[in-house]
Amino acid sequence: MMVLRESIIMKIHYGTAIGALSLTVVHILMRLTQDFHESLAYENVIANYESVGYALLLELLLILISVHGFNGLRVILLEMNQGPTYEKAVTIGCLAAMAGLIAYGSRTIIMTSMGMV
Amino acid sequence: MMATLHPKLSEERSQTVVSSTKSVKLKIKRSNPNVNSEERFDDYVVPIEKWTTVLDALLDVKSHLDHSVGIRYSCRQASCGSCGMKINGKPALACFTKISELDSDTITVEPMDNFPVVRDLAVGFERMINNHKKVMPYVIRDDSEIDPESGMREFLQSPENVEKYIQFSSCIKCGLCNSACPTMAMDTTFVGPQALAQAYRYIADDRDKGKNKRLKVIDESHGIWRCHFAGSCSQVCPKGVDPAMGIQLLRGYLLGIRD
Amino acid sequence: MERETGAREGLKGWLNPGKIGKFGIERLAWLLMRLTGLGLLAYFIGHIWETSHILDGKAVWDKSLEMTQTTEGHLFLALVIGMCVFHTGNGIRLMIAQMGYGIGKAERPDYPYKPQSINMKGKACIYATLGMAALAMWYGMAVMFA
Ligand code: HEM
Ligand code: SF4
Ligand code: FES
Repeated sequence: MMVLRESIIMKIHYGTAIGALSLTVVHILMRLTQDFHESLAYENVIANYESVGYALLLELLLILISVHGFNGLRVILLEMNQGPTYEKAVTIGCLAAMAGLIAYGSRTIIMTSMGMV
Repeated sequence: MMATLHPKLSEERSQTVVSSTKSVKLKIKRSNPNVNSEERFDDYVVPIEKWTTVLDALLDVKSHLDHSVGIRYSCRQASCGSCGMKINGKPALACFTKISELDSDTITVEPMDNFPVVRDLAVGFERMINNHKKVMPYVIRDDSEIDPESGMREFLQSPENVEKYIQFSSCIKCGLCNSACPTMAMDTTFVGPQALAQAYRYIADDRDKGKNKRLKVIDESHGIWRCHFAGSCSQVCPKGVDPAMGIQLLRGYLLGIRD
Repeated sequence: MERETGAREGLKGWLNPGKIGKFGIERLAWLLMRLTGLGLLAYFIGHIWETSHILDGKAVWDKSLEMTQTTEGHLFLALVIGMCVFHTGNGIRLMIAQMGYGIGKAERPDYPYKPQSINMKGKACIYATLGMAALAMWYGMAVMFA
C-alpha cells in the first residue's frame, strides 16, 4: 500500500532527521545550561514547559522524531516480509502508532504548559 | 563423505597425468529441490596448480570423480555471468577465482544466496532477468535508428559521454551483487542492485529519453529506497560495475539534485 | 514488483556476524543503523511515557526519575547515548553518500576492479562515528557514576 510516493517519504525522512538533529542540539544545550540533575528538578521542568518557546520546541521535536522513527520502523518491517495484506497492516499500524505517540506526548506538553498540573 | 569412485572412473583417473603435487578438498553443497528437500555436502580431493580456478576444480570433479555435480558455466573467462556461486562463504565467479588465492586447504562451494536453487550449484535467474527487463535496459527514444529517407543512421555518442556510463555497461548479469545484498536476504520483491545499476546506466546515457519512465518504475515501495548503502554488492561485483555507486547517483534524480 | 518465493537467506542474512567479516565495516554500519534506529525508537516511546509523569505531581515525577538512578539504569542510559551518537553520525554519512557525494566518479573499470563507492573516506567516517559513540558513552558514564 502506497500512501505517498516513496521518494517523497524519503525526503521527509531526511528532513525530519536534520530537523530533529538541530532541535536536539538545542534541547541538550538547555540541559547543560544548568547542572544536569538540577535541570531535571520538578520545578525547573515545569518552568521550562511554561515557556511557550520551549514548549513549541518540544512539540516540534516530538513530531519530527515520531515521524522519522515510525517511518524507519515501517521501512524495516517492509523489508522483512511482503504481501498486500501485510504491507497494508504495516503502513496503517505505523501511521496509527505515530499519531498515537504524538497525541500522547502533546497531551503532556499542552497540559503542563497551560499549568494544568 | 569422500565419494567412492566408480571402477570406470578410477581407471580413467589412473590414466590422467597429474603434474601437481598439491591438492585441495572441495566441499560441494548438493541439493535437488525438485526431488526432495535434502541438502548435504560432498567432499572431493582434487589436484591443483597455481593457475587452477574453482571452476577448473569443479570440472575436474565432474570429469573424474562425480559426473552428477550440477553446475552452470560457459565462457570460463568472466564474460557470460553463469558461474556465480558462494565460495568460502562469499559470492564469486568460479571461473574468476583462483584456488591459490583463496589461501585455504578446504574450499566450500555453495549455490548463491537469495536465488532459488535449480540443482546443486546452479540457481534460477528468472526473477533477476525480469527485474532487469522492468527497468527497460535499452535506449528509449521516439525516433528510430531506421530512417525512412536515408535508410539506417546511428545515434551518435561522444567519447566524453561514454565515460559517464561505460562502467555500468560492464554488467554481465552474474547476480553476485543480488546475492550479497542484505535487503535481498528478506525482501522478496526488491528490484535489486543489478537492475538499479542498469537503470542508472541508461538514464546517464544522453541518447536516452526514457528517464521519467524508469524513475517511475524504481520509485515504488520495493524499489530504489530499499537500498541503504551497505555496499556489499560492490564488494563482490567481478566487473567493477560498482552498483552501489550507480544506485546512489540514481537517487539524485529522485531527490531533485540532478536532472 | 511480483514476489519471488523460493530461496532467501532470511534473518541470517541480516544478523549473522560472519557477514561483516565477508563484506566489511560498511555491512556492520548497515546493521548498527537498523539496531540503533529501533533501539532509539523504543527509548523514545519510553521517554514520552516517562515524561508524562510530570502531570501526576512531584512525588511521581521524582519516583520516575529514580528508575534510571541505578547502576543498570546508568548503563542503559549510556547505551542510549552511544546509540544516539552512532545513529546520528552514520545518518549524516548516509545522507551525504545517498545524495551522491564522496562515492567517487564513474569511469572505465580496470582490473582489479576496486569499487570506488567503498572507499577510505567512508570507512574513516564509520570508524570515527564508532569512536565518538564510545567516547560519548564513556563521558556519560563518567558523569553518571561520579
Ligand atoms: C537526530 C539525528 C538523526 C539522524 C541524522 C538520523 C538519520 C537517519 C537516516 C539518514 C536514516 C536512513 C538510513 C538509511 O537510508 O538506511 C535513518 C533511519 C532510521 N532512523 Fe534515524 N536519524 C536520527 C535520529 C533518529 C531517532 C531519534 C530515531 C528513533 C526514534 C531514529 C530512528 C530511525 C529508524 C528506526 C531508522 C530506520 C533504520 C534503517 O532503515 O536502517 N532516528 N535515520
Ligand atoms: S552488477 Fe556486477 S555483480 Fe551485479 S550482476 Fe552485474 S556484473 Fe554481476
Ligand atoms: S563461466 Fe562465464 S562467467 Fe564464469
